[in-house]
Amino acid sequence: MMSFMALVSRDVRLAVRAGGGAALAVAFFAAAATLVPLGVGADLWLLAQIAGGVLWVAAVLAALLSLDRLFQADFDDGSLDIIALSPLSLETISVAKILSHWLTTGVPLTLVSPLLGVLFGLPAKAIAVLSLSLLMGTPAISAIGAIGAGLTLAIRRGGLILPLVVLPLLAPAVIFGAGSVLATLNTMPGGALALLAAYSLAAVLLAPFAVAAAVRLNLGG
Amino acid sequence: MQTLANPTRFMAASQSILPWLAGAAAISLGAGLVLGFAAPPDYQQGDTVKIMFVHVPAVWTAMMAYGLLALASLIGLVNRHPLADLAARTAAPLGAAFTALGLITGSLWGRPMWGAWWVWDGRLTTFLLLLFIYVGYIALWNAIEDETRAARICAVLALVGAVNLPVIEFSVDWWTTLHQGESIFRAGGPLIAPVFLWPLFLMALGYTLLFFVLWIIRIRTEILVRQSRRTAMGISA
Repeated sequence: MMSFMALVSRDVRLAVRAGGGAALAVAFFAAAATLVPLGVGADLWLLAQIAGGVLWVAAVLAALLSLDRLFQADFDDGSLDIIALSPLSLETISVAKILSHWLTTGVPLTLVSPLLGVLFGLPAKAIAVLSLSLLMGTPAISAIGAIGAGLTLAIRRGGLILPLVVLPLLAPAVIFGAGSVLATLNTMPGGALALLAAYSLAAVLLAPFAVAAAVRLNLGG
Repeated sequence: MQTLANPTRFMAASQSILPWLAGAAAISLGAGLVLGFAAPPDYQQGDTVKIMFVHVPAVWTAMMAYGLLALASLIGLVNRHPLADLAARTAAPLGAAFTALGLITGSLWGRPMWGAWWVWDGRLTTFLLLLFIYVGYIALWNAIEDETRAARICAVLALVGAVNLPVIEFSVDWWTTLHQGESIFRAGGPLIAPVFLWPLFLMALGYTLLFFVLWIIRIRTEILVRQSRRTAMGISA
């Protein structure tokens, strides 16, 4: 447990201090969302209708931005080999990596989402659902994203392949996340949040095994 | 199956079986096309119902291709067998091609039926995502230089995709019911008349056989490429 926490805190500190991690993801999220009204017009009713979808897509893209750092930097400077030699199993290491990625992207994105919800003219109830859906859904982004990061960690120009591999797999998260906001907005019966939670739990539960398998293969095991 | 795992034996067996398989594919595709064109126009869809004979089998074959890709990946990952790796690798472009064929024919069918080249129908959307999964798989394979490692890593991706596909399918179906305004009424009764069923069956058989013919040819080509590379490097096969 001690080494698990040490790994998480190391990764979080690295992300915050070296990569500008959390701030960068939030800035990208906000900037991308700001461009949408400029593109589609300032009609607040229309913006509220598309807010869930736009903010969810922006959140997925913002989280993808920092995924290549998840393993690649450690792989390049050799520290991933050292970490793999530690008493922790690769599965546990994957959980630590997913957790630290979520802490530096998913959580900050969730925290700023109410602000963007206001800018998109969402009513208070829909904003609450938006934030809740991001809180529950972003772990799935980190977990499935980590699979992509593990698969592409040895590829020199993996930056383009990673989103291609990960984005189709994240379709359910976007559908349920954005759907929950839209359902609240139009007072339709949903159940989207429950489905999102189920998807996210399954992803967090199963992804570490796939991540560990991918990392093991890339380390030549 | 186990005896075929040896590349030399696979080459011998596939060489004798390939002409028969190709002939059967040509016959069933030919018969299916003839029967398909001879089929009467549907009372609702008119002649466009005949697009079904080229569309539906493509969709079935594309799904079967992913199933086989995932199966070969699993065998390659567990048994570490190079032939399974080759089978998985060569199935991907074929599966992508049949998926694209399904999307294109679906689009051509959608124009007269739905009045639009593309509608965000549940199945179309799922298939578009399937195409992206195929493309991601192929891109990942091409990006990794070491072929054995590429096979293993892509096998992990194929299995992750296999677990995800039912969820994607479910979520997209859920999504299309949420967007009620664009829901699509699929014309055609609950029963398909035998006049339509026979060509459909023959075309499905033909597509499946065609897939296997192309698959075997691709696997054979890969084996030959490897053998020639080895010979070029001076290592006797």
